[in-house]
Amino acid sequence: MLHKIFIDPFVEMYMLPDFLLQVLWEGLVSGILYALIALGFVLIFRSSRIFNFAQGIMVVFSALTLVGLHAMGLPAWVSVGATLVVMYILAMTIERVVLRPLVGQPDIILFMATIGVTLFLIGLGEIIFGGENKVMITSELGIPTGAFELFPWGGFLILEQKDVTAVVVAGLLVAGLIAFLNYTRMGRAIRALGDDHQAALSVGISLQTIWVLVWFIAGIIALVTGIAWGARAGVSFALEVIAYKALPVLMLGGLESITGAIIGGLMIGMLEKLFEIYWGQPLLGGNTETWFAFMLALIVLLFRPQGLFGEKIIERV
Amino acid sequence: MLYRTAGQYKTSYEADQALFPVRQDAILLMVVLALAYVIFPLTASEFTFQTLLIPILIYSLAAMGLNILTGYAGQLSLGTAAFMGVGAYACYKMITLMPWMNPVIAILLSGVFSAGVGVAFGIPSLRIKGFYLAIATLAAQFFLIWLFEKWAWLYNYNASGAIQVPNLDILGVYVTGPLASSVTQYYVVLVIVTLLTLLCINLTRGTLGRTWKATRDMDIAAELIGINLMKSKLTAFAVSSYIVGVAGALFVFQWRGAAEPNLFEIGLSFEVLFIAIIGGLGSILGNYLGAILIVGLPVVLNIVGEIELHDVSLAVWVIIALVLGGLFAAAVSLRSKGTMIGVAVVTLLLVGYAFAQSRGFELHSAMIEHLNIMIVGSLIVFFLIIEPHGLARLWALIREKLIIWPFPH
Repeated sequence: MLHKIFIDPFVEMYMLPDFLLQVLWEGLVSGILYALIALGFVLIFRSSRIFNFAQGIMVVFSALTLVGLHAMGLPAWVSVGATLVVMYILAMTIERVVLRPLVGQPDIILFMATIGVTLFLIGLGEIIFGGENKVMITSELGIPTGAFELFPWGGFLILEQKDVTAVVVAGLLVAGLIAFLNYTRMGRAIRALGDDHQAALSVGISLQTIWVLVWFIAGIIALVTGIAWGARAGVSFALEVIAYKALPVLMLGGLESITGAIIGGLMIGMLEKLFEIYWGQPLLGGNTETWFAFMLALIVLLFRPQGLFGEKIIERV
Repeated sequence: MLYRTAGQYKTSYEADQALFPVRQDAILLMVVLALAYVIFPLTASEFTFQTLLIPILIYSLAAMGLNILTGYAGQLSLGTAAFMGVGAYACYKMITLMPWMNPVIAILLSGVFSAGVGVAFGIPSLRIKGFYLAIATLAAQFFLIWLFEKWAWLYNYNASGAIQVPNLDILGVYVTGPLASSVTQYYVVLVIVTLLTLLCINLTRGTLGRTWKATRDMDIAAELIGINLMKSKLTAFAVSSYIVGVAGALFVFQWRGAAEPNLFEIGLSFEVLFIAIIGGLGSILGNYLGAILIVGLPVVLNIVGEIELHDVSLAVWVIIALVLGGLFAAAVSLRSKGTMIGVAVVTLLLVGYAFAQSRGFELHSAMIEHLNIMIVGSLIVFFLIIEPHGLARLWALIREKLIIWPFPH
């Protein structure tokens, strides 16, 4: 038994390095998507201390809107623009109807409110778009659909081009976001609000504008995630479960840290694939991906309660 | 007038600390108990038992368990459904391994197992706080569901992977399984829920309850005044998981009759959390109010969805108009903008729906289901906005008003 746990998997990794690379690549791609969702969480959490449970459903909702608008006859890129408009309206509505009346309430109340929003969007999405699985308009958006075939060490490795595109686009998005947060007025206002609400308000930063902006950015991230994940697995409400995967990423990386979200996402994506393939399927009956990330995060948190990159928690009486 | 407290003197500390220091509260409770124990069982139909009475009681119990942990001890948990599952599977295993066991005792014992699992998953709470802890409890949620699916011993290796409740009797009366009548099941649930509620009320009033509240309000300060945080948090996890586990066993044995692992998915956790929060965190009464709302609402919506509005008599319309108008007037007098907007929206929706139906528009059942989700979602937001402290707080405000009524101050 010990042999099976501690030796066999590593022997297998060594014997078939190309398969190991393939597993790692698959993990990397899903890790990127976890990281993107976690990024949406982090942005909103930093600027408003709201734990936004609706991020996952925003991914589904934006992807469904995109596919739905295209099905109505709009050209692909026009529907992307139109979807962005929809996401902006959504951000404004959420700010006005849900968040503004709840300013200053305890965190858990705001968290519950976002779950309320989630339910509302699920119902609305089902009524407008229907529950069946839809095909993402991958080729219409000009995303290549072929595959690179590599032969490392005489082995065989397939990299799907849409996955490569997703990785590149996600990288660009993160770079753009970091630049935006660091070098523009609006971006710095968001960070100021995250550091100290009261101080930010007193130097004239408008809470409402920033909240709409942050929720809109989260909407953009949701759309990118939706396109990338939709290209892999189709668009349906089942996508919502990947939102749960972003939660251990947040724990691992820290709720406030953008770097943490990215590194945590990649780590969890790759480790859970490795565990599933080399330990989960042969020893535990498979499907360990549903809980592995949570357990990993739980164990890490026992040693570092604020996550790997979170702000050090200082408590005073 | 009805709620006048003048003249009820408390001449000893015992009288002041009594469960019901105000006589009217005790009378009200008597009325409710009489309704629950005598009137409902005599009058309710099979449908009412299965869709309202039994589930409301079971959900209230689950929410009460969660409320001990989240409302009293301040540890946010999202893994309630998994702990309910532990209770249900433990009960199933006990009954199939020891068929001579009294089913009610098995249900009460199954909570012990979920308490053990709850304490194990509560250990991280000593290091992790707030949302980090909430996500940590999700580890329990996903891991345990996976375990229910993969560990075939739990469901006795049967091919379907589901557990079926066997027919069991006490002194010849079937208590569980398909042969048990709804009334018997209702009474079993009712007695267990009543006893556990009494236990909860007294626990939260006692030493343990006060250490929990101190931990919730500020754990470092609590530690400084000599409260053992480990003991306080772990007992909260144990008591909470025990109650949740019993609720889970009741959920399967007295209501559903069968269970698959996906019955205990995260959606159920959220449902219980909604009940606890909309009812009011840190309140026992609130769990019942919240459960009535969350369980009752979809049932009411389904019935409303099937009614042909143009067949409804004028008298009913007048009553609806009066209720809406009364609510609106109350909202105006309380200056509650949220309620005013809410009432206006409901009125508009009702009129719009009546109009659409008169033009031949019909709701099909899938549509009603989705509308249900939307309405529940918006109601959650609505209740959080008008009263973040929950329905129990709303009742407390009404009670205060009633005590001084008809005077304004």
